[in-house]
Amino acid sequence: MSTVTTPAAGGPATRSTVGPDRVGGPPPKSRRASGSLSDSVFSGFSHLFLLTWSVMVVFPLLWVVLSAFKDDAQIVRSPLSLIPNGLHWDNFSRAWVNGKFSSVFLNTFIIVGGGVFLTMLLGSMAAYVLARYEFPGNRVIYYTFLAGLSLPVYMAAVPLFKGTDNVGQLFPLLGLNSHLMLILVYVAWSLSFTVFFMHSFFKTLPTSVAEAALVDGASHTSLFFRVMLPMARPGLISIGIFNVIGQWNQWYLPVLLMNPPGGQTKNQVLAQGLIELSVNQGYKSDWSGLFAGVTMAMLPVLVVYIVFQRQVQAGLTGSITK
Amino acid sequence: MRHGKARFVAGFLALPVALYLFYVVWPFVQAVAYSLTNWGGFSDTQEFVGLANYTKLIQDELVRKAFWHNVFFLVTVPLFTITLALFFAFLLNVGGRGNRAGIRGVFGSSIYKIIFFFPQVLSLVLVAIMWSAIYRGDGQGLLNGLLIKVGIVDPEQPVKFVSDPSPFLGVPTVLWWLLLIAVWGGVGFYMVLLSAAMQSIPRDIYEAALLDGASRVHTFFRVTLPLLRDTVSVAWVYLGFIALDMYALVFVMTPSQGGPDHASEVFASVIQFNAFQRGQFGYACAIAVALAIFTLLLAAVQLRITRRERIEF
Repeated sequence: MSTVTTPAAGGPATRSTVGPDRVGGPPPKSRRASGSLSDSVFSGFSHLFLLTWSVMVVFPLLWVVLSAFKDDAQIVRSPLSLIPNGLHWDNFSRAWVNGKFSSVFLNTFIIVGGGVFLTMLLGSMAAYVLARYEFPGNRVIYYTFLAGLSLPVYMAAVPLFKGTDNVGQLFPLLGLNSHLMLILVYVAWSLSFTVFFMHSFFKTLPTSVAEAALVDGASHTSLFFRVMLPMARPGLISIGIFNVIGQWNQWYLPVLLMNPPGGQTKNQVLAQGLIELSVNQGYKSDWSGLFAGVTMAMLPVLVVYIVFQRQVQAGLTGSITK
Repeated sequence: MRHGKARFVAGFLALPVALYLFYVVWPFVQAVAYSLTNWGGFSDTQEFVGLANYTKLIQDELVRKAFWHNVFFLVTVPLFTITLALFFAFLLNVGGRGNRAGIRGVFGSSIYKIIFFFPQVLSLVLVAIMWSAIYRGDGQGLLNGLLIKVGIVDPEQPVKFVSDPSPFLGVPTVLWWLLLIAVWGGVGFYMVLLSAAMQSIPRDIYEAALLDGASRVHTFFRVTLPLLRDTVSVAWVYLGFIALDMYALVFVMTPSQGGPDHASEVFASVIQFNAFQRGQFGYACAIAVALAIFTLLLAAVQLRITRRERIEF
């Protein structure tokens, strides 16, 4: 840590000695000496506001996690207390069973895994062809993909439900309540953004590399998989994170397609397990079980996020400003 | 060679386009077609009724309510989220003790960013369930508990939060409480976004402004904000779409998914209600088409308002 970044390293005197070290910097000005007190005050204010909001974010999360260890009696008696009167692990086992967590976790993994893999593969294939090959209908297809960006999924709900139901009469594997169906629906709904994002990415890749590979006798397909796709890696990572989070958190499509009246529930996903837990809570008033369920759904995501925070932040924010 | 290329293009496009047409485009087309019929959804009989559904929806009290609630979120969610996010991003980037140039990020800014961003990675359903516990209508919710402890709220009459349909500033109170959750969840993301944009503004511009004697607040309004215009407008458009997703909160948190007494209906909940509770698929599709037109108009208007020539640096 250099002196420049050390906080509270003395007043203006330190700073004016640091100043000339920097090459090309303007000469120190006297104005800054008087500004340093207001600097400190301003910095204090900044921390005050930033800390307040941090507490507002963290406190509810912490409260939920700690409440998951309380028993119901303590939740009723002193809902605000942060220290549980013992570690009631049974809350977790109860929630695990009531929320069908073993199956919803497994289903979510399968569906998001398959969904993201296929989205990335098909999305970049389509984006690549649309970005780098001239053919009649190119523009039409591209704009059809773009149109999906601004149309709300709620509009398609009714026909989507009916259509899936009808397909299911012929091919049960593609009907309501099937893994494969939900994967394909996720892929279809993620394609718009993935194609849009990867299209701009493939556009910027140099043409010379592609030409060289073709001259060397590579086929179009191997050019894509061996050369272009590896070159697009930063883009793939961004959009991959975006899709993982988006599909992991998806709730509307599963609620619409995975739980029709009278249907089977064994293929439901995490969001549905949580909703079920919260609805059951209303009947049994099992708050500790609900808190335990929410904690189990929340902590893995937060841990993964903290480990990869830089990539996640860059991936998510990067994908909307592209 | 030419032949190979055509086959390659077709081969790469076939599957994605087929999936997209079947699961995205086709349902939209069908929605438009169904909206002209009186199809109930469970029978096979459907008659063409022309624009009857559309004239009906203009007079439908519920649709009108949902429309205004959507407009409310459309205005307030971006407004509050972006204002707060800008404020925090500004503090984060120039809140540090000044060095030579007087501009420096606040100490520990990356930790703040990590924390602020938390809600963004949590699913909407999870956030909604968590906030149901915070908003509990008896003394045992987090907020009611705190407010009672501080003495603002009478323990006999705790705040009802999401089951309170009475108007506040002309809008059902429940909507304000839902708005708070949306803002709580969104600020971190937009702070990170705007903060990155602020960092890409060259330092010399700030240095020049400070040398000219501009205060920090001045710099923010005269230098930072104008240069962030592009990012802010992207954020605005994006948040406009997010505002439509308020349905997740309505679905999980409010009584009878749009209640109490239809006080928190939004477009999506009205579509759901008409299609699956009332069994009026045709009519639900008409509402959906109206929603789509509304969204497209909105996107067009927002792009138009926020468009301006880009400043390159």
